[in-house]
Amino acid sequence: MAYGEPAWLATRYADARLVLGDRRFSRAEALKHDEPRQSEGQRDAGILSMDPPGHTRLRTLVAKAFTVHQVEKLRPQVRALAHGFLDTMEAAGPPADLVECYALPLPVAVICRMLGVPEEDRPKFRVWSDAALSTSSLTAEEFLRSREELRAYMAALIEDHRARPRPDLMTGLIDARDTGDRLSELELVDLCVGILVAGHETTASQIPNFVHALLDHPDQLALLRERPELIKGAVEELLRYVPLGSAAAFPRYATEDVEVGGTLVRAGEPVLVAVGAANRDALKFTGPGRLDVTRTAVQHLGFGHGVHHCLGAPLARLELQEAVLALITRFPELHVAGDVRWKNQMLVRGPREMPVGW
Amino acid sequence: MTWTTEVDREQCMGSGMCAGLAPDLYRLDGATAEPVRNDIAEDERALDAADSCPALAIVVRDGPRTVGPRP
Repeated sequence: MAYGEPAWLATRYADARLVLGDRRFSRAEALKHDEPRQSEGQRDAGILSMDPPGHTRLRTLVAKAFTVHQVEKLRPQVRALAHGFLDTMEAAGPPADLVECYALPLPVAVICRMLGVPEEDRPKFRVWSDAALSTSSLTAEEFLRSREELRAYMAALIEDHRARPRPDLMTGLIDARDTGDRLSELELVDLCVGILVAGHETTASQIPNFVHALLDHPDQLALLRERPELIKGAVEELLRYVPLGSAAAFPRYATEDVEVGGTLVRAGEPVLVAVGAANRDALKFTGPGRLDVTRTAVQHLGFGHGVHHCLGAPLARLELQEAVLALITRFPELHVAGDVRWKNQMLVRGPREMPVGW
Repeated sequence: MTWTTEVDREQCMGSGMCAGLAPDLYRLDGATAEPVRNDIAEDERALDAADSCPALAIVVRDGPRTVGPRP
């Protein structure tokens, strides 16, 4: 990697699952080492830099809000939001930037409502959120300044919620802090920041990535339009096929000697996981390079695996299903209408701008 | 005092959360998880696993009474 000590890279599916899921591999140890990374400054990734039981304490506070049951209740609301943004896009006429008009505002609206953050602040936290996921475009000082601004913004919102509680996740977390003393004030702030950043940038990247992949595979897109009931499986296949992370991040440190795919990883050595490669491992998936929306039981690692398995996976799934389906069924002639500009120097890959026509 | 725990294989999405959290209580069997043993000693981590399961597939009981996931 550009910075930090050398690391092993796990590329096989079985090895990736072992490293991500086995307790002999630690995230917290990374803070004690010169962690291999893409950015200059070493970063404490909050809950993603913790091991159980500290990790469990924070995770259980928010896990309930994101379970399959809980999230499913939001489906009608997400569907209505998707169609609302498409109405606006349609009324303005083509071409439209799919990212700015649809892929970004949809997950932002959902996570803002859940957490209790004003949607109209999107231009503000968009800048901070970009910085939080940037790699080499910022110096360590710029990164820290941006992080402090985002923390201050969130701390002010938390104070406002303390004074005026409302039925949202932030109020619930404040209650866990103030009456249960289950987390510190900084943990509270960083948890809210983490949910806001992780809760939209990822989905906002995968919506246009998935649309791009489908437009690139007209037969699969036609099949999905013809049989919209395939959408759930199609999203799982797209999560497997389309890599979200650029390169690899968040190395795991072996706490004892562990054999991974015939290689002995010594205690104290870091292993990075190439999720994109693992998701196309021919030992696990038949015809791994082929996008096949009819594939069933796709056990991909798109949301990671183990204790750090994506907290928001059920919400992300729902948003991706609704967003992709609404778009492709409303616009049968959907096409790319100009140059796609890709993000660079970011932990997640995806279009920054994607002009589409219909 | 013993508890019992079960994983609903239909609900389980194989996130690996429980096996990562308490490998002596839960393990992955192919695509889904299962309890290492159904009868367990009282263990806060079983409740944590039930609480954190993204699919709400884990149940922990104290006799007939469900103790996890916690309300």
